[in-house]
Amino acid sequence: MSKRDTGDRVVRVASGQGFWGDWLEAPKRQVEGGDVDYLMLDYLAEVTMSILQKQKERDPNMGYARDFVGAIESVLPAVATRGVRVIANAGGVNPPACAAAIRAVAQKHGVSDAIRIGVVTGDDLLPRIDELIAGGHALANMETGEPLSTVRDRVLSANAYIGSTPIIEALQRNANIVITGRSTDTALTMAPLRHEFRWADDDWDKLAAGIVAGHTIECGAQCSGGNCLYDWQTIPDLANVGYPIVEGHADGSFVIYKHPNTGGRISVPSVTEQLVYEMGDPNSYITPDVIADFTSIQVEAAGENRVWLFGIKGRPPTDKLKVSIAYRAGYKAVGTLVYSWPDAYEKAQLADRVLRERLDRLGLQFDHVLTEFVGVSATHGPLAGPPHDPPEVQFRIGVRGTDKAKLERFTREIAPLVLNGPPSVTGFAGGRPKVEEIVAYWPALVDKTVVQTKVEVV
Amino acid sequence: MNVRLLDIAHARSGDKGDTANVGLIALEPRWYPIIQRYVTLERVQEHFRDVITGPVERFELPNLKALNFLLHGALDGGGTLSLKTDAQGKVFSTAMLRMEIEVPDDEAKNVGMPGAKQRPAYARSPKE
Repeated sequence: MSKRDTGDRVVRVASGQGFWGDWLEAPKRQVEGGDVDYLMLDYLAEVTMSILQKQKERDPNMGYARDFVGAIESVLPAVATRGVRVIANAGGVNPPACAAAIRAVAQKHGVSDAIRIGVVTGDDLLPRIDELIAGGHALANMETGEPLSTVRDRVLSANAYIGSTPIIEALQRNANIVITGRSTDTALTMAPLRHEFRWADDDWDKLAAGIVAGHTIECGAQCSGGNCLYDWQTIPDLANVGYPIVEGHADGSFVIYKHPNTGGRISVPSVTEQLVYEMGDPNSYITPDVIADFTSIQVEAAGENRVWLFGIKGRPPTDKLKVSIAYRAGYKAVGTLVYSWPDAYEKAQLADRVLRERLDRLGLQFDHVLTEFVGVSATHGPLAGPPHDPPEVQFRIGVRGTDKAKLERFTREIAPLVLNGPPSVTGFAGGRPKVEEIVAYWPALVDKTVVQTKVEVV
Repeated sequence: MNVRLLDIAHARSGDKGDTANVGLIALEPRWYPIIQRYVTLERVQEHFRDVITGPVERFELPNLKALNFLLHGALDGGGTLSLKTDAQGKVFSTAMLRMEIEVPDDEAKNVGMPGAKQRPAYARSPKE
């Protein structure tokens, strides 16, 4: 018996996706590896919304995380017959279209009658930007202070981060699949806990505990042995890694665990590494529902692959919502070549000088040029110290600018170095670099009162 | 004695815009007072001097036996603007662990801190 085997009612929320592109096997493994009540799938990173917005412009039926359709297909029996409920921010910029795709999958498998889809909208501010700016909402960049008007004509998407309340409404109306747009990652986990335990909307400590539970599992296996530095060589069976599950208790405390017979490790160090991930001021982890104090979190081992978190404190939120805005910010391209021993680093350095001189002679100027030497200093810069006769070094050069033609010309200058630059060069099989449009992130704040969420159950 | 952070702490890092955060966690709870006392704002600013362009912020989490550092101007513009391999600041964690701090011998001994030869398993090279 561990200290949290108290016999009181628990609610189990399983993490099945830590980002769009995470392990396709994870959702099914979570609903089949043992009993869970909810499956939480987080698909949205900072610039994902803009990618989805571009897709929606091309096809009005797109603009959501397509992976979600396959994920639902893989867990459909559990949802239709065992009562597992799914909460996902897979709706992107088009939750209704996402819901239609899920409905089609349910019909295909003959379980449509058993599926009630809650659709949360209202986060999308793109159609209202001019109205908001005209109404005195500067939507200033939280990092630079610049008003949004400076990039207004290049804005691709604008979505308010919304909290747990509309998700709870969908659950109260018996949805068993809830699809949101730009919900906060943490709300996807906090909402089912708040719903099941009937936590009041001003029960700050419990709401904060739900947010911390969400933060702990929102990156999937990153709290259960994945990307874990502590004792990494001894973490067992990562090929079969178990994704984390929150076992929530009514008092706000919770245990993080994983299904039996899975790999990875859940320990105080593995959970602590995730707690500090992407942390700002730990005293104030701000969400739409509550401000959580990460300096109040107590973490204790509670049996094998079980860690108990408790004591969490919260306080009232601000009257603002964060807005995720994406805008076109020019182009970039990155080229690479690999130089071999002997003197690999010196050859790569010469290649850099030769290439930069050629760019100069061509009159190609860019807003930014960055050279890195992978194998010497790319990740730690000068902190890595001098190289020790490396067997090979990758020369990696990136450029950024607004004139696409200049970037295209840059991409033609890499391959010639193979025959007309320093010797012992290889690693160019990928062809010439691609010019990518940069869609940059513009974080802003907006008054809560301007965002009205809406829930439909279809 | 000189102690390398790799020998007494583990870490994870991530990004928020052009800022990298590094959470530095004591390997043993009893070593937290050492990192709390000697991994100062000034030392970390000095360590990353040639790597970042902005200031450093430091926060303490005694409950987690951890410190959190915000390294501003660390990511070449950050996110999709960045041309860096590590545009998301994922390995600033290990860059932090290269740092060395000077700890008085008796203080190190009192908390059973390891010498360089008694590093935790993952910090040892295969030959050790």
